Amino acid sequence: MANWIPLWLHKLGSPPMFYRFAGTLRPWAMAFAVLLGATALYGGLVLAPADYQQGDAYRIIFIHVPSAWMSLFIYAVMAVASIIALVWRLKLAEVVAMESAPIGAAFTFITLVTGSLWGKPMWGTWWTWDARLTSELVLLFLYLGVIGLYHSFEDRRQGARAAAFLAIIGIINVPIVHFSVNWWNTLHQGSTVRILGPSKMSGDMLWPLLTMMGATKLYYIASLFGRVRTDLLAMESGKDWVRQIAEQEARK
Amino acid sequence: MSSFFAMGGYAAYVWPAYAVFFTVLIADYLSPGLRRRRNLRELRARLARQSARQQRNPTTSP
Amino acid sequence: MSHAPLGPACAALLRRDLTLAWRRRGDIAMPVLYALIVVTLFPFSLGPEDALLQRIAGGVVLVTVLLAMLLALDAMFRSDIEDGSLEQLVLAPQPLALMLGMKILAHWLTTALPLIVIAPLLAGMLHLPTAVMPVLLLALLLATPLLSLLGAILVALTAGTRRSGMLLALMLLPLCVPVVIFAAGAIAAAQQGLPWLAPIAWLGAALALALVLAPLACAAALRIALDA
Repeated sequence: MANWIPLWLHKLGSPPMFYRFAGTLRPWAMAFAVLLGATALYGGLVLAPADYQQGDAYRIIFIHVPSAWMSLFIYAVMAVASIIALVWRLKLAEVVAMESAPIGAAFTFITLVTGSLWGKPMWGTWWTWDARLTSELVLLFLYLGVIGLYHSFEDRRQGARAAAFLAIIGIINVPIVHFSVNWWNTLHQGSTVRILGPSKMSGDMLWPLLTMMGATKLYYIASLFGRVRTDLLAMESGKDWVRQIAEQEARK
Repeated sequence: MSSFFAMGGYAAYVWPAYAVFFTVLIADYLSPGLRRRRNLRELRARLARQSARQQRNPTTSP
Repeated sequence: MSHAPLGPACAALLRRDLTLAWRRRGDIAMPVLYALIVVTLFPFSLGPEDALLQRIAGGVVLVTVLLAMLLALDAMFRSDIEDGSLEQLVLAPQPLALMLGMKILAHWLTTALPLIVIAPLLAGMLHLPTAVMPVLLLALLLATPLLSLLGAILVALTAGTRRSGMLLALMLLPLCVPVVIFAAGAIAAAQQGLPWLAPIAWLGAALALALVLAPLACAAALRIALDA
C-alpha cells in the first residue's frame, strides 16, 4: 500500500538526505514567508481601520500575537523532537530540538518587547506582573536554560540529549507555571490585563493576524532548516558528503 | 503618508516594536549562514593539511 | 552472584553520605550562615520599620532559604563524580533511582533541615507574627524537599559538565516558580488570617508526585549525562 511514506520518512532521517531536502525547501519557505508577511503588514498597517478604543497602537498586535503563538508552538515542537531524540536516538531529532531553541527564544523575546511597547501607552506601564506576561518570562528562562545546558557540554550529542531531557521537564512545567501564576494573580488581586475587549475582532483585523501567523510559521521552517543544515555539516564534518560540499563551495 | 507614519500619535511605540521584530528575525535568519561559512572554511583547511601530509609521506595513510 | 538486599543498601548509602557530611561540618554551616547574612541585610536596606518588615518577612525567609539551598545544590553529586563512586552507583545492581533518592534525602537532611531549624529565628528577626510560624515551618517542610528533588534532576543533568553554578540557577528558576508561589501564598494567607490549607495541600500533592517521579527522572538524567 502506501509503503513509500514510511520509507521516505526513514530516508529523510539520514543527514545528507535531509540536508538536500532542506536546501531545496528553505528558499521557498522564506519566499512565501516574506510574501505572506508583506501582505499581512499591508493589511494590518494600511487597510485595517484604527481601533475605536486603542487608536493605532493596537497595530502591534499583528506581530505580538503571532510571536506569542510561535513561542509556544516552537516549544511544543522542541519537546516532541526531544522525546523522539531520547527514545529513538535519532540524530536529526536532536539537531531539530536544539536548533529550535534559539528561534523560540527569539520569538519569546520579541513577544516580551512588543508587549511592553504596547503596554506602555495602553496601561501606562512597561511591565506588570500579569499571569500571561509572567508565564512568557518564565518561558524565556526555560529556553535559555535549554540553550545554556546544550552549550555547556563538550560533546554536542551528549549536550543535545541532556538539554532534550530538560526541554521535556520544561513542557511538563509550563502548564503548572501557568496555573500557579494564575492562582497567584487572583490571590494578590493583580491587575488583570485585557488586551482585546470582549467584543469579537472584526474581519479587517483578523485576516492580517492569521496571515501573519502563517508567515511566522513559514519563517520558522526556513530559519530552522538553515540552522539544521549548518549543524549537520558541523556534526558530520568527517563524512564524505560534507567534504564534497566543502569542495564544491570552494570552487564557487 | 505622514499620517501613516505618525500612527495616530503612537509612532514611538508601534515602529520600535516592528523594528525589534525585524531586527531579531533577520539576525536569527543570517546567523547560521555565518557559522556555516566558518565551519566549511575550517573543514577545507583541515582537508588541505591532510592531503599535504599524505603527499609528504604516502605510506602512513590514515 | 549475590548482592545486598535493598533495605541495608539504602541504609548503608544514607549512613555513608551523612558520615561524609558530618566530617565536613563547616560545609553544613555555610548555607545557614549565608541565610543569616542575607536576612540581616534586609532591615539595613529597607529601614527598620516593623510594619514593612512584617509584610515581607514570609517571602524574604522563603527566598533566602531557596537561595541558600541553591548554593549547596551544586555540591550534591560533585565529590561522588570526582572520586568515581557515582559511576559505581550507576553500575550497582540496586535500582539507581532508589539509591539517588537516598542521596537526595541525605542532602536534604544536611542542607535544608538546618535551614528549617533556623527559619523561626530568621522570621523572628523580621518580626513575623508568632501565630504564622507553624505555617511557615509547614510550608518550608513541604517546599524544601520539593526543591531538593527538582534540583537533583538538574544537578544530575549537569553532571557531565565542568561549570554549572549559574546555569543551575537559570534552570531551576522556572521549576521553582510554582513552589515559591504556593509556599509564599500559604504564609501570606496565614498572615492575613485567611484559610491557608489549599496552597499547602497543593504543595503536598506536588511533593507526593515528586517523591515518586523525581528520583526516576534523576536516574534517567544521570544516565544521559554520564553516558560518554
